[in-house]
Amino acid sequence: MQLKMALAGNPNAGKTTLFNQLTGARQHVGNYPGITVDHKEGRLSHGGETIIVTDLPGTYSMTAYSAEELVARDYLVNNRPQVVINIVDASNLERNLYLTCQLLELGVPLVVALNMVDVAESRGIEINSAALSRHLQVPVVPIVARSGLGTEALLDAAIAVARENRPWTPLTISYGDDLDAALAEMLAIISDRRFLADTYPPRYTAIKYLENDQQLVERGEKTDAEAARRLQMLVDKSTDHTRRTLDVYPEAIIADQRYGYIKSLLRQGVISRKYDADRLYTSDRIDKVLTNRLVGPLIMLAILFALYQFTFSWSEVPVSWLENGFSWLGDKVEEILPEGILRSLVISGVIDGVGGVLGFVPLIMFMFFGIAVLEDSGYLARVAFMMDRVFRIFGLHGSSVMPFIVSGGIAGGCAVPGVMATRTLRSPKERMATLLTVPFMNCGAKLPVLALLIGAFFSEDRAQYMFFFTMLAWLVAMLAAKLLRSTVLRGAPTPFVMELPPYRLPTVRGLLIHTWERTYQYIKKAGTVILGISILLWAMMTFPHLPDAEQAEFAAKRQAILAEAGAEIVALLDQQGDDLPVEAAAVRERLAAIDNDQAEAALRHSLAGTIGTAMEPVSRLAGFDWRTDIALLGGFAAKEVIVSTLGTAYSMGEVDVEESQSLSERLKADDNWNRVVAVAAMIFIMFYSPCFVTLVCIAKEASWKWAAFSMGFNTIFAFALAVAVYQLGMFFGLG
Amino acid sequence: MSTILLRHMVKHQRGTIVTINVTGELGRRIREMGLIPGTEIAICGRAPLNDPIALRLQDSTITLRNNEADHILVQVEP
Repeated sequence: MQLKMALAGNPNAGKTTLFNQLTGARQHVGNYPGITVDHKEGRLSHGGETIIVTDLPGTYSMTAYSAEELVARDYLVNNRPQVVINIVDASNLERNLYLTCQLLELGVPLVVALNMVDVAESRGIEINSAALSRHLQVPVVPIVARSGLGTEALLDAAIAVARENRPWTPLTISYGDDLDAALAEMLAIISDRRFLADTYPPRYTAIKYLENDQQLVERGEKTDAEAARRLQMLVDKSTDHTRRTLDVYPEAIIADQRYGYIKSLLRQGVISRKYDADRLYTSDRIDKVLTNRLVGPLIMLAILFALYQFTFSWSEVPVSWLENGFSWLGDKVEEILPEGILRSLVISGVIDGVGGVLGFVPLIMFMFFGIAVLEDSGYLARVAFMMDRVFRIFGLHGSSVMPFIVSGGIAGGCAVPGVMATRTLRSPKERMATLLTVPFMNCGAKLPVLALLIGAFFSEDRAQYMFFFTMLAWLVAMLAAKLLRSTVLRGAPTPFVMELPPYRLPTVRGLLIHTWERTYQYIKKAGTVILGISILLWAMMTFPHLPDAEQAEFAAKRQAILAEAGAEIVALLDQQGDDLPVEAAAVRERLAAIDNDQAEAALRHSLAGTIGTAMEPVSRLAGFDWRTDIALLGGFAAKEVIVSTLGTAYSMGEVDVEESQSLSERLKADDNWNRVVAVAAMIFIMFYSPCFVTLVCIAKEASWKWAAFSMGFNTIFAFALAVAVYQLGMFFGLG
Repeated sequence: MSTILLRHMVKHQRGTIVTINVTGELGRRIREMGLIPGTEIAICGRAPLNDPIALRLQDSTITLRNNEADHILVQVEP
């Protein structure tokens, strides 16, 4: 039989380190349905038993305020693991035991893993684990999760508890005369009506009612409205009483009493300290520099810039390997398959699609490795601390800074890892606002488009314009965040109260597991959807084909040119190389022009072309013609596609994204384009719908509803801006 | 001995929490971090823009915003 074991504990208590230590690579990460809290499961064998370990989200208590806490509590009461290991930080015992208390009140079969006894010892804190075990009446095993010290003994103890298979035995803590009296009355009702009895122990239900726990109260109302009403009356009565006599709510008394219980227990020979509390530890000394009010922000900028460099420069090498690999594959397929729809599908749909999915993999790996270093070392909490005041103005959180930087806060990032980086935010509304606004930043794919238009119309002040558009992205993203937080994401800021954990050296194993699981999640969850959409977009740009009559027309034109040139020159055309006679080169150029015209006609005839042309009356408001419309539709696949699609739409043939001077000359000469149109187009491109890879990631991190919102909101928002720019610009005659 | 709001404490000043007058999520968050009446605290410092505040408890460092510190009354040495 398999044993079910759960790991519970405070954030920063070393829970994940222990989980990695116990299960190694044999773990599986998923999401709880509907929310983005990781569900981590692993297996291990010990003493002939196979154990399934669930790593519950790190929480400080078991209330119903955050998704993490709800998940942890629901898992315990619904899945009833045979044993729960509560990992506590020995160097911060009092606070950590607050959660232990609540686990004991719930009655789960518990084993306490006293982690980081080495750190505690170096701080002069000595803990008598036998005494602690005696007082808590559960096994207490000292361990060092990083090195694996004591984990064997921990598993032995856990299996022994699991095998006992005793019923849940909740601990009873006294909450003072007033509340104890109220609890007794409530218990009578709960026991009498077996209120929520199949899920929670009676006293636990009563305490949660006094604590005004929303989830439990709602559930109570649904299952037994009569009992719930009577309980609520008792709660109101006792709240009234404590408010009148002590000016506090019951929930405050409960917390005080729990801490009182812990303090008295610790005083009974459990803990002894060698040094006084004023001693400065290494961590405090590092903080004197890293969070210094003058030097701190500078160091932070340097570190964030380094993370950015690491992610985007160092990943270039593997990215180019992948790109070369896929273009080699494309060439091979081109050789093997005959020209036609199948070849086009395989190359432009499948290979480009898979290449598109995997092209992001090195980026995601490098970024999550970098973030894991910052997070595991404890620095990320300092970044949030230093940046919070600025980001809070816009309804965001100090931790929002990193997703913005990664997405292109320093021009040239990518919103895909940026959206995924919002996982480090634990405040739901702030996280959602960050997730929806990071695509406004200037990612690396928008840069060639901006470079093309700036090069064509503002070639004299390239650098200034680039800088201006980077700043504009920040400004617009921040204002959009503020707008979202005062409308669809309205609500009080999530409390900032958080811990600055001591600096710790990350473990290589932890970093690698962390990086791998994120990357794997991206490939598995986003990959298939991205491939599907990629093929769909290819079909939109390809079908329906030109009618046979028109195709024949182009073929006839080609024939005419060849006939005119004569057999001698036609024979020369098949030769490779550039050293053709002048006449032959001219013929080849005329043929290429026909090909380009045909490509333009085919694009215009395709579904994308039809949509683009149909949109022209509306898009004219912002100065965009049908060619630009089609290119913008193409940009939905990836922003850099705008350049190549514009090339096709302007009969330029294939335009290299990096070398687009010819296209830039063409745009400059075109009647539809001028400086005002260029600015309107750049603004639209910066802010309209994120590319679909980003949208898929938004859907996976939030929901498809939010992805659809992002697509619609951004496009309307960008179009409004572009129209304003175009109309004002033309009004003042700046074109 | 005098009591002041946590917001008004200065760097390195120490004191003992007297009351925490807030309920709901914020109250819960403050309490579960170990900030309860009777806890001794010292101010570690403030972020570059003067907000949030970092506090030193016996075994940990906690940060909170100025407007959150407004709910906490502290007894300090004069």
